[in-house]
Amino acid sequence: MNFFLETLIGGLLAGTMYSLVAIGFVLIYKASGVFNFAQGAMLLFAALNCVSLQEAGLPFPAAVLASVSIMIVLALAIERAVLRPLVGRSQITLFMATLGLSFIIEGLAQGLMGAEVRALDLGIEDVPITIGDIMVSQFDLFAAATAGILVLVLALLFNKTRIGVSLRAVADDTRAALSIGINLNRIWQIVWAVAGIVGLVAGLLWGARQGVQFALSLVVLKALPVLIIGGFTSIGGAIAGGLIVGAAENLAEVYAGPLLGGGITPWFAYFLALAFLYVRPAGLFGERAIERV
Amino acid sequence: MSSQSQPLSPSFSRPFEHALLEVAARPFPWGPGALLVVAFGLLPWLADDYWLNAILIPFLVLSLAGLGLNLLTGYTGQTSVGSAGFMAVGAFATYAFLLRVPALPLPLALLAGGAIAAGAGFVFGIPSKRIKGFYLMVTTLAAQFFLEWVFTKFPWFYNHASSGTISAPRLEVFGHDISGPGGRYVLTLSVVALLTWIAHNLVRGQVGRNWTAIRDMDTAAAVIGIEVDRYKRLAFAVSSFYLGIAGALWTFAYLGTASASSFDINRSFQILFIIIIGGMGSIAGNFIGAAFISLLPLFLSQAGQALLGSSVDPGQIQNLQKIIFGALIIAFLIKEPEGLARMLRRFAARLAVWPLRF
Repeated sequence: MNFFLETLIGGLLAGTMYSLVAIGFVLIYKASGVFNFAQGAMLLFAALNCVSLQEAGLPFPAAVLASVSIMIVLALAIERAVLRPLVGRSQITLFMATLGLSFIIEGLAQGLMGAEVRALDLGIEDVPITIGDIMVSQFDLFAAATAGILVLVLALLFNKTRIGVSLRAVADDTRAALSIGINLNRIWQIVWAVAGIVGLVAGLLWGARQGVQFALSLVVLKALPVLIIGGFTSIGGAIAGGLIVGAAENLAEVYAGPLLGGGITPWFAYFLALAFLYVRPAGLFGERAIERV
Repeated sequence: MSSQSQPLSPSFSRPFEHALLEVAARPFPWGPGALLVVAFGLLPWLADDYWLNAILIPFLVLSLAGLGLNLLTGYTGQTSVGSAGFMAVGAFATYAFLLRVPALPLPLALLAGGAIAAGAGFVFGIPSKRIKGFYLMVTTLAAQFFLEWVFTKFPWFYNHASSGTISAPRLEVFGHDISGPGGRYVLTLSVVALLTWIAHNLVRGQVGRNWTAIRDMDTAAAVIGIEVDRYKRLAFAVSSFYLGIAGALWTFAYLGTASASSFDINRSFQILFIIIIGGMGSIAGNFIGAAFISLLPLFLSQAGQALLGSSVDPGQIQNLQKIIFGALIIAFLIKEPEGLARMLRRFAARLAVWPLRF
């Protein structure tokens, strides 16, 4: 029983790491209808920035601040060069544009800052601590707490500020928002910048886990099933989806993996997502699109 | 197409000779005909082994793969990022047929491999009944990762080879050995030409019309009586058939030896880029896009060496390539969403009225 609980809790905590990546997606999708495949590349870019600046001698907080401002500049550039010319195009077109964007950002990140694996130390030891008689990774707890704080901040931003209200208006009905004078371009800039900062947080946590390297940009593929289960439009869904995927993945690898020859994690989450989709085609918390002819 | 010449009575009463006359009365397709004459008659003699092996064969196979994806994404509107997974099915299935049924000639083995891939595509197309758009795209990602896993995990598929790779047991057609570059080129070209012709007719017929209607709006297509689910699954199956044969050719005619990692997600993206750059919903676009994608890296590395000297780091060239690729994709989406094929058509139209511009 203890082993089961440990597997479950380990999975849930790992799931919060997925949620962190998924939140970046949801933010952008909600406000601009763009399925941002470049989120993984942004994550890699942000983490690489931070590590490189640290290696150049900057103290950690300064490096983080500098990375934040770089992500804001990046967001401004993306809005100007990619989103604005493509306004009003189909969602698939925008998705493909972000595929191209991910190539550019990955190329830039590796070209400017090198392709080798960098170690990142956040000062948290990855040793298990015992709660009751269950062992829990300290690092996972820290990551989960960070995710929790991030969601709280985002919730405050969305619900209590003027920017947040206009963000929600744009997400609800872009044309109506435009007609009452909300500056769409400004909203996109803000959303992409916030998604970049969320990417930085996720990138630092993932980077501390597995080293800052190219593989970081692939966590985007991990986040997709999470997004599917939670629905593209709900931050709460991203959290719930992350927890479900993390727990199910861990349990499946331990209990069902041996029956199938092991190594099932690459695809298990996708099949889980598929099963959810069969029951709820727009995810658990997603809004169902109404189609008119 | 020929409705004005048809009598009002049902078409099955039309004599066979009439049908033949109608086909004969169509204008001869000079452009594709000339291309085929050059490709079959001149290129095998003109091109050296390097050109055949490293440029022409991969170009043709990538065009075929692009064509397969274009049927699904460009014509039916179902975005897929699992193309390479279906290519792997075709490659491994063809290998299994060649290995375990030695009596089977190569063309039939290719066909059978394609049929297995079509089956896989059909199965992964079933969710398209309920799932749409980005959500469906994730289904194709599931296919990609699952199939890659299957072909690494179960040694039966690669005949228990310790390297996990497959290679062609024999390459012969009707007793002729075709394992030389020229032979493999002609094999690839014949398959690609035949399948392109079939696809061309398919998209202009009832099936293609239904696909296009579904792409433009599937709810509306259902309203006018198209069996949307069936045609979506059909699109998945036909697309996977093409991709499967492309995968088999990629392995046996181009690489020689392949493993599951030859068909990873980057290959899927590459094929998606071919159809974005070449043109969605265009047959010629696949060839133009594939030519672009196979020639650009060569051009960039040549240009890099010429501009920066031979000392330049190949890793940096690769990064530069990525950036240029990405920028090109975005530029195409902004400036010419219908791809290079459309651009060429416009250019030709302008050329036709050249001295007398309006």
